[in-house]
Amino acid sequence: MPQLAFETFIPQLIWLAISFIALYLVMSRIALPRIGSVIEGRAARIASDLDEAAASKRRTDEAVAAYEKALAEARAKAHGIAQQTRDLLTAETDRQRHEIEAKLAEKIAAAEASIRKTKEAALANVRNVAIDVAGAIVTQLLGEDADKAATERAVDTALKQV
Amino acid sequence: MAAEEAASGAAHHGGGLAIDPMHQFRVETIFPIHFGNIDASFTNASLWMLIAAGLVTLLTIVGMGSRSLVPGRLQSVAELSYEFVSNMLRDNVGDAGKRFFPFVFTLFMFVLFCNMLGMMPYSFTVTSHIIVTFALASFIFIAVTILGFAVHGLHFFHFFVPKGVPVALLPLLVVIEVISYLTRPISLSVRLFANMMAGHTMLKVFAGFVIAMGWFGGFLPLAFMVAFTGLEILVAFLQAYVFAILTCIYLNDALHMH
Repeated sequence: MPQLAFETFIPQLIWLAISFIALYLVMSRIALPRIGSVIEGRAARIASDLDEAAASKRRTDEAVAAYEKALAEARAKAHGIAQQTRDLLTAETDRQRHEIEAKLAEKIAAAEASIRKTKEAALANVRNVAIDVAGAIVTQLLGEDADKAATERAVDTALKQV
Repeated sequence: MAAEEAASGAAHHGGGLAIDPMHQFRVETIFPIHFGNIDASFTNASLWMLIAAGLVTLLTIVGMGSRSLVPGRLQSVAELSYEFVSNMLRDNVGDAGKRFFPFVFTLFMFVLFCNMLGMMPYSFTVTSHIIVTFALASFIFIAVTILGFAVHGLHFFHFFVPKGVPVALLPLLVVIEVISYLTRPISLSVRLFANMMAGHTMLKVFAGFVIAMGWFGGFLPLAFMVAFTGLEILVAFLQAYVFAILTCIYLNDALHMH
């Protein structure tokens, strides 16, 4: 069994020591710090990129919030202006309406007064005409002059029933 | 290792059937080096240790050459290995284990590459030699024990006294704990060495069957070998992982005492 050839032990141990220690020195001094720095650099880069992305998102959110605030303000302001204008116009319209209504009321009152006067005059005329007509009819029917006073009474009574 | 080498092994021994499945484990001197009485000859084992170390260096340095933010293929593999070992260490030892990361990483990658390179035909499996795995395991054992005493002082002996156990049982349990602690380097090294050796021997034996059973019968062991090679690649990874994770657990014991 070659594993138990004792004369080969010393050279194997010497060369094992040489290669292992050499490899250890190369790894610990050069290779591993380099790999570690690359991996850490990558992790740092990813972390900083994520931070940057988070910061960008925060800025975006702020901008959106500012925009929405401005929008709400503008909307409120516009609403105010519109309300003011509407109030002003309503007041003006009301005032004009009141004026016109007052004028109209005056005109209506005047017209009603004149109608009433006309109506009274007409009614008075109707009585006279009725008396004359009634007198004429009675004269025609009876062949004699009608009693003026009696005709007037009868017309008045009839007019009251109308 | 694969059939080609089995064939060469057969040729080496000069007979179609006389294949030595252990031939692949032979350490052959490539050029002799001597310091006085000490034999430091450059062997095939030395060569494959250097190749493994070189490939790990290549992967982690050339692979990371561009240091891209978005990694390419080689860089991905290098970073994946780094994070794999880093997570293993953090899960088992916690943040206190960070300073041992270079050691655990070197250990894992070295064992993994030695195991994987052993799967190549004509290669030599460094980790199939008990002396190599035992040297690694005893270094870990001694270092971890020193670390335990350095961190906890004599209090580290409490490690061998289980808590919440009847006093009558304590002498027995302490002996068991001490024995189990002392056998750690043996179990650690034998597990890796035996897995590597057994798997490769098995492959070689079946490779021998492929030749012995001829053109028609040989396909059956060949099919088995293909499947078994897949399993051996899994074992090569798994044993490197087990070796590294046990090292992490021992480190954790030394640092936190359970």
